[in-house]
Amino acid sequence: MKEKFTLLTSACVPLPLENVDTDQIIPARFLKATTKEGFGDNLFRDWRYDKEDTPNPDFVLNQDTYKGRILVAGKNFGSGSSREHAAWAIAGYGFRAVVSSFFADIFKNNSMNNGLLPVVVSPGFLAELFASLEKKPATTLTIDLPNQTITNNETHRTESFEINPYKKNCLVNGLDDIDYLLANKSKIEAYEKAQL
Amino acid sequence: MKTLFDKIWEKHIVDTLPDGTTQLYIDRLYCHEVTSPQAFAGLKERGLKPFRPERVTCIPDHNIPTLNQDRPIEDPVSKKQVDTLEQHAKDFGLTYYGLLHPRNGIIHVAGPENGLTQPGMTLVCGDSHTSTHGALGAIAFGIGTSEVEMTLATQCLMQRKPKTMRITIDGNRKPGVTAKDMALYIIRKMTTGGATGYFVEYAGEAIRHTTMEDRLTICNLSIEMGARGGMIAPDRVTVDYLKGREFTPRGEAWERAVACWETLHSDHDAVFDKEVVFHAGDIEPMITYGTNPGMGLGIREQIPTLESIDETGRTSFRKALDYMGFQPGDTMAGKKIDYVFLGSCTNGRIEDFRAFASLVEGRKKAPHVTAWLVPGSWMVEKQIRAEGIDRILTEAGFRLRQPGCSACLAMNDDKVPPGKYAVSTSNRNFEGRQGPGSRTILAGPLVAAAAAVTGVITDPRDLLNE
Repeated sequence: MKEKFTLLTSACVPLPLENVDTDQIIPARFLKATTKEGFGDNLFRDWRYDKEDTPNPDFVLNQDTYKGRILVAGKNFGSGSSREHAAWAIAGYGFRAVVSSFFADIFKNNSMNNGLLPVVVSPGFLAELFASLEKKPATTLTIDLPNQTITNNETHRTESFEINPYKKNCLVNGLDDIDYLLANKSKIEAYEKAQL
Repeated sequence: MKTLFDKIWEKHIVDTLPDGTTQLYIDRLYCHEVTSPQAFAGLKERGLKPFRPERVTCIPDHNIPTLNQDRPIEDPVSKKQVDTLEQHAKDFGLTYYGLLHPRNGIIHVAGPENGLTQPGMTLVCGDSHTSTHGALGAIAFGIGTSEVEMTLATQCLMQRKPKTMRITIDGNRKPGVTAKDMALYIIRKMTTGGATGYFVEYAGEAIRHTTMEDRLTICNLSIEMGARGGMIAPDRVTVDYLKGREFTPRGEAWERAVACWETLHSDHDAVFDKEVVFHAGDIEPMITYGTNPGMGLGIREQIPTLESIDETGRTSFRKALDYMGFQPGDTMAGKKIDYVFLGSCTNGRIEDFRAFASLVEGRKKAPHVTAWLVPGSWMVEKQIRAEGIDRILTEAGFRLRQPGCSACLAMNDDKVPPGKYAVSTSNRNFEGRQGPGSRTILAGPLVAAAAAVTGVITDPRDLLNE
């Protein structure tokens, strides 16, 4: 059983960059672990720390201004490598949702398989959210997964978002695909008999 | 009126949920050491075993050193990951090609050359460049570790059917233009996220005239425009490439397989969700200037000006150029470089070494350039020696290393130092990809060879015409 995702109201951490790839989320040299724990410490490692491992004061995770369980990023977030370590790092750091106008496919799947909700919003909603966060860093968002809505509580703008019903059911109930697939094993065997 | 993708997908549907989610059967799973340990551990925690162990092949490639592979891996953390893969393979009775095994190599090089990848298959690996295998007319895509565990446990994945796109490249490419240049051109036009949500079929005259190595390079880079995968319909090139390879069918079974592969093409009236057409004659040798593979240029062009960039993208554009140490409007040709990397699942095949050797033959490596020439597999290495390419390379001042992913993602010791420029035949120029602070300039094997002998970014056609 994974942690269920239903309703989340939280402050946000803005990262207004486009095409943030999974090599930035977690650089390859930190992929050598054989468990899923501890990746949060190296989230955005090379933006967060300098060469001497000193925290970079300009990077948002090192500032007290922004704290929260929702990461807000520019379009095409999570492109590049299929490393699920990226989702483990974001979730391990303490985020429960990522909001962007566009996500890379594999990252999106990996997130949902780890109880981390990717929420796709319109470019207009995203631009307004970045503006709200700049004006008032404590701006909160409310994400209602059962009703598939997201609200900027500063401007009261609400938008509905898409998620496939199967994955939504998994997230809301804390289930994973293996539970489902194992229950469906006879169908797999029947397929093999017919096709192979 | 079906597409090639539709035909293969439909044949692999085990079940369809009311919301359209497909339970898709997976013919083959490749595992490497970085994205599989948590999947195997998860399987063990659940008390499960691989459902179809004969459909799983394990090959360590990401972490391994490219020198002295006969000695124990020095980095204890890398060693542990490789050992862990070997142990899991042993525990579960899975095929394992470890270091120095003649079938070892980068999975996306070794899979096709051993005939493990075949037309009509569904195939996955915890690696985004799994799209490579689509070159043989298969549905192949990268997955995360949770999905590796699902495939191990049930040989199935729950998937939404992606949209389909056909990219047609008309005409013939010009001399000095490689498959890598074609791919970098396509990605530049499509942008780094432009094919997200789609599965791409490459077609057209320029594609039909490619070799299998070219096709593997082109399909490999599909993910760099966000595509779920890329594929090319099997034809005579495919059949000739596969004939006699280790894991392909023999005798009558081969004839049956070929007859089946011949049906694998998009019908004349097939409808794609999106169609894009390019002209091969427009493609020049390419080079990248920024920090994603969509930031490419013809080698004689200039870096765009800030004003020409969409307003929302300017912060990222400026950040990329700052990282690279370039200015808007700069010309790339003539810029000094420090490192050259020939290799990776993109350009680590025999044809890439032939191309590189054809240009450096009779010339010398520029003294200030450090060059890493890393064959994609031991089979490629063997072929390099059989053809005498190693001698040409040695005479020109180069040295051949041992197979692995190497400097493509620098998980081993092959790291480009901070601030240094590397002309790399790999697939990603992301910040820090080849080592913290490294600056990657993506290119094909001819552009890499020209940079290696001149020490600056050079149009290879200037040397080929000398």
